[in-house]
Amino acid sequence: MVAWTVYISFLGVVALMFVPATSSRAARLVAILSALGSLACALLGLLDYNLNSGIVTVQKFPWIPQLGIEYHLAIDGISLTLVLLTGIAAVVGILFSWNIEHRAKEFFAFYLALIGGVYGVFISFDLFLLFVFYEVAIIPKYFLIAIWGSTRREYGAMKLVLYSFVGSAMVLIGLIAAYVMAGSATGTYTFNLIDLAKFKFPEQFQYWAFPLVFVGFAILAGLWPFHTWAPTGHVAAPTAASMLLAGVVMKLGAYGALRVAMTLFPLGLAGWRFEIAVLATIGIVYGALVALVQRDFKFVIGYSSVSHMGFVLLGLMTLTTIGLSGAVLQMFSHGILASLLFAVVGRMVYDRTHTRELADLEAMQLNRAMPFAAFTFVIAGLASMGMPGFSGFIAELQVLIGAWQSFPVLAVLCGLGIVIAVAYTLRAIQKAFYSGQRLTVTEHTGTLPTISIPERIGAVVLIIATVVVGLYPPILLNLIKSGFNSALMAPLVNGGPL
Amino acid sequence: MNPFPHITAMTLVPILGAIIIALLRRDNNPWPRRVGILTSLISLLLAIFLWLRFDAANPELQFTERLDWIPALGVQYFVGVDGLGLVMVALTGLVVPFALFAADRELANSRAFIALMLLLEAGLFGAFTTLNFVHWFIFWELSLVPAYFLIKLWGGPNRTAAATQFFIYTLVGSVTMLLGFMAIFLATDTFDFFELARKVRGVEGGLQAFFLAKLGAVARPQTLAMFAFIGVGLGFAVKVPLFPFHTWLPNTYAEAPSTVTMVLTGVMSKMGVYGLLRILLPIFPDQMRILLTPLLWLAVATIVFSAFAAFAQRDLKRLFAYSSINHLGYCLLGIFAIAKLTQNEPAWTEQKAAALNGVILQMFNHGITAAALFCFIAFIERRAGTRGLDDFGGLRKVAPVFCGLMGISVFASLGLPGLNGFTGEFLIFKGAFPLATWATVLSALGLLVTAVFLLTLMQRVFHGPLNPTWSGFADLTTAERCLLAPAVALMFVIGIYPQFLLHIINPSVMQLVAHLAN
Repeated sequence: MVAWTVYISFLGVVALMFVPATSSRAARLVAILSALGSLACALLGLLDYNLNSGIVTVQKFPWIPQLGIEYHLAIDGISLTLVLLTGIAAVVGILFSWNIEHRAKEFFAFYLALIGGVYGVFISFDLFLLFVFYEVAIIPKYFLIAIWGSTRREYGAMKLVLYSFVGSAMVLIGLIAAYVMAGSATGTYTFNLIDLAKFKFPEQFQYWAFPLVFVGFAILAGLWPFHTWAPTGHVAAPTAASMLLAGVVMKLGAYGALRVAMTLFPLGLAGWRFEIAVLATIGIVYGALVALVQRDFKFVIGYSSVSHMGFVLLGLMTLTTIGLSGAVLQMFSHGILASLLFAVVGRMVYDRTHTRELADLEAMQLNRAMPFAAFTFVIAGLASMGMPGFSGFIAELQVLIGAWQSFPVLAVLCGLGIVIAVAYTLRAIQKAFYSGQRLTVTEHTGTLPTISIPERIGAVVLIIATVVVGLYPPILLNLIKSGFNSALMAPLVNGGPL
Repeated sequence: MNPFPHITAMTLVPILGAIIIALLRRDNNPWPRRVGILTSLISLLLAIFLWLRFDAANPELQFTERLDWIPALGVQYFVGVDGLGLVMVALTGLVVPFALFAADRELANSRAFIALMLLLEAGLFGAFTTLNFVHWFIFWELSLVPAYFLIKLWGGPNRTAAATQFFIYTLVGSVTMLLGFMAIFLATDTFDFFELARKVRGVEGGLQAFFLAKLGAVARPQTLAMFAFIGVGLGFAVKVPLFPFHTWLPNTYAEAPSTVTMVLTGVMSKMGVYGLLRILLPIFPDQMRILLTPLLWLAVATIVFSAFAAFAQRDLKRLFAYSSINHLGYCLLGIFAIAKLTQNEPAWTEQKAAALNGVILQMFNHGITAAALFCFIAFIERRAGTRGLDDFGGLRKVAPVFCGLMGISVFASLGLPGLNGFTGEFLIFKGAFPLATWATVLSALGLLVTAVFLLTLMQRVFHGPLNPTWSGFADLTTAERCLLAPAVALMFVIGIYPQFLLHIINPSVMQLVAHLAN
């Protein structure tokens, strides 16, 4: 069932080719139907999945048997969580692109191709296949930003793609090296992740292969100091693309790092663990500090993503059940919240006011002009600063508990990151919506279009997601934890592979 | 044993009210105020019901509800009240409708204002009844949010700065507290306050022993336990506040609308003291003993400095803000004093029980008195548009009832025997004197200065020649009298018959004292 998430997305791309270029309405309909179909498949797959069944193969047949490459799709608790996130983010992203008239057909085609690639990465258990999907997801991002973007879009798009390709190249080198090394030692060449992970790579090899593959993936997760593509890319992208970029694409990197780098090279992980945890912590604090001084509303959110993804990477490095499941929950939570924040900033505010300068927004009294946008941003902001009752709190709580166990000093530094997160979020809320200048309503605000129905639906869906997970986390936590019981993932927990 | 979830209902009613208000139409109509007052009164009724059904002879938790919530983290939905919780719940139930009745029409007709006040009430109810750290922390943090917006949107000229300062200060404390509790959770595998307290007292060496067992290889357990104590304690110290973490408070209380300040000082400031009693004292008695001397000095500094600071204020709101710090300082003195290590003799137990009873009584008393005083200030502002100490004079002549009732409240605040303030402070001083003699003696200086500045206030505002600007100063209307009469009556009732509260408090107090005994 879950495999259909990929197929329906690409079928949507094909269907869009038959839509007349002038009818943006038909393009929207095809896109939303395809996204809803994928989401439905994801949900059905989720309901079907038994928590005790570990890694369940969905589809598996030889693809290029000479090279030991298979078409192998499988799911476990971690995959399903991220597939669900992708489904929600994809549907909501289309709702927030409802107003796109300029080359709408192409926009949604690229959009669905991106989604299809992302779904594919999350459920591939053959490394070659995973890599193919990973690359498929990069190309549409470029066009989405370069054609429909704003502020320095060519620069942003190019930077993002170059960073992604450098990362991919690193991953590719590492994977081929692992493939050759394991193959020549055992005689059977395979890209099957589960089989490869059983092979004990020599320590010397792991010591350079691990950082190569891990960092290659983590570039896309915004690992400091390779994060600089993220803010510029997010800002340049059109709303739906920034929602996907921050919401889902950054998770590709974190997912790859967890699923591939950490399982294949446990000794390398043990050797580099502390260094990466330090980088993650720097990312948390640095991203928050930079967000604190931004003048552009969207850059605030862009840097906050870097900060929040730092929690994911830190959680991965704790190598405890609680820290790892916190990291995966943080992936989900940040996916929802980043989508929501970018939706407010990009669609609700920027599309209407045509400015993102906090100084300009201050004069507009947006809380009066758009109470719904203000309310949504306040909720999203509170959730993203880690207020209890929302999904971010439980995720960060778990990451921090894990960090306490593994790196107490870093945990304390992360506390600093949380405080700064509160400061920049409050600053953004105050400047953008509640400037407190008790002016009469300006002529600006009189002409702002009201928040449309699709936007309201999208915002409400995301708010419900974060509140439900925040108030009743077991709904996802049990699923995520089950992901760490399989033979592939289990060695990571409880102090790691040593 | 308890089929109807009283406490959950009491907490949910204001949230429901807020949702209903959010659904009302936008135009200025009286319905937000009506719904707000109605829901807060329903919550008050439920609180009164709780009070009546409460078995005072039983020191155990009552009306408990316990459900698994996040098993992976040992989080349960766990609520219940003992004497301490019940008194705080009653205070919340009383002060919030009091503030809503007192609110200006302009505020009361705003949907957002009433909805935020109700959310604040729900947060306070939750914070006083939940007994699992994560569950409790939700309310502890979420009560900040409505408070922030109430100040930010309806406050005085410097509201933005004040609201931000309030939020950031409290949040820094919350983060250190969170970090501290995570360390504790790692060591003990539980977030349940009562279980934690039991575990810690059940082992030789207390919390340190758990750190040693779990994390001994990583760090020095004694240092870690001390860090956890300081982290958690900082959260409460900011909230109460303890000198030198108090600087947010005068700005916040002065900038917030007076009706919001009623709730902030009346109830929200008690969250800090409550946390000290419920969490810090039972879980960290050993750490508190190690730092006892500096803590006592800080409490003395809080009491004395804030009294002098109040003396120097020219703004009535800032004056009462510092006076609030001063009054809660006595609670701190009492709490720190009973942490002192003593022999297990009945005489010491009696002193500790007296001090602790006094602390809880003082919390309730200050809640009522401070709320009433800020209500008077709200009325002054509404009539005069100003609240400088030197702007008035001779108001007694034109508004005798106003000055009479406010005078009673001021005397209650100053600790006149026969009124409520006296009983709490007397018990604290009586209990703390043998336990921490020098600190108590120095704190008495605070009492003296308080008397001086409060009497100065009465002289400047009520007495002297009538300032001709205010010859038209209206006396209390019938509605205002009806609103204030119960508060003033309560001051007399508790002052004359403190047993009314003490019989509820005492069993919990005795249990805590026994818990702290060696």
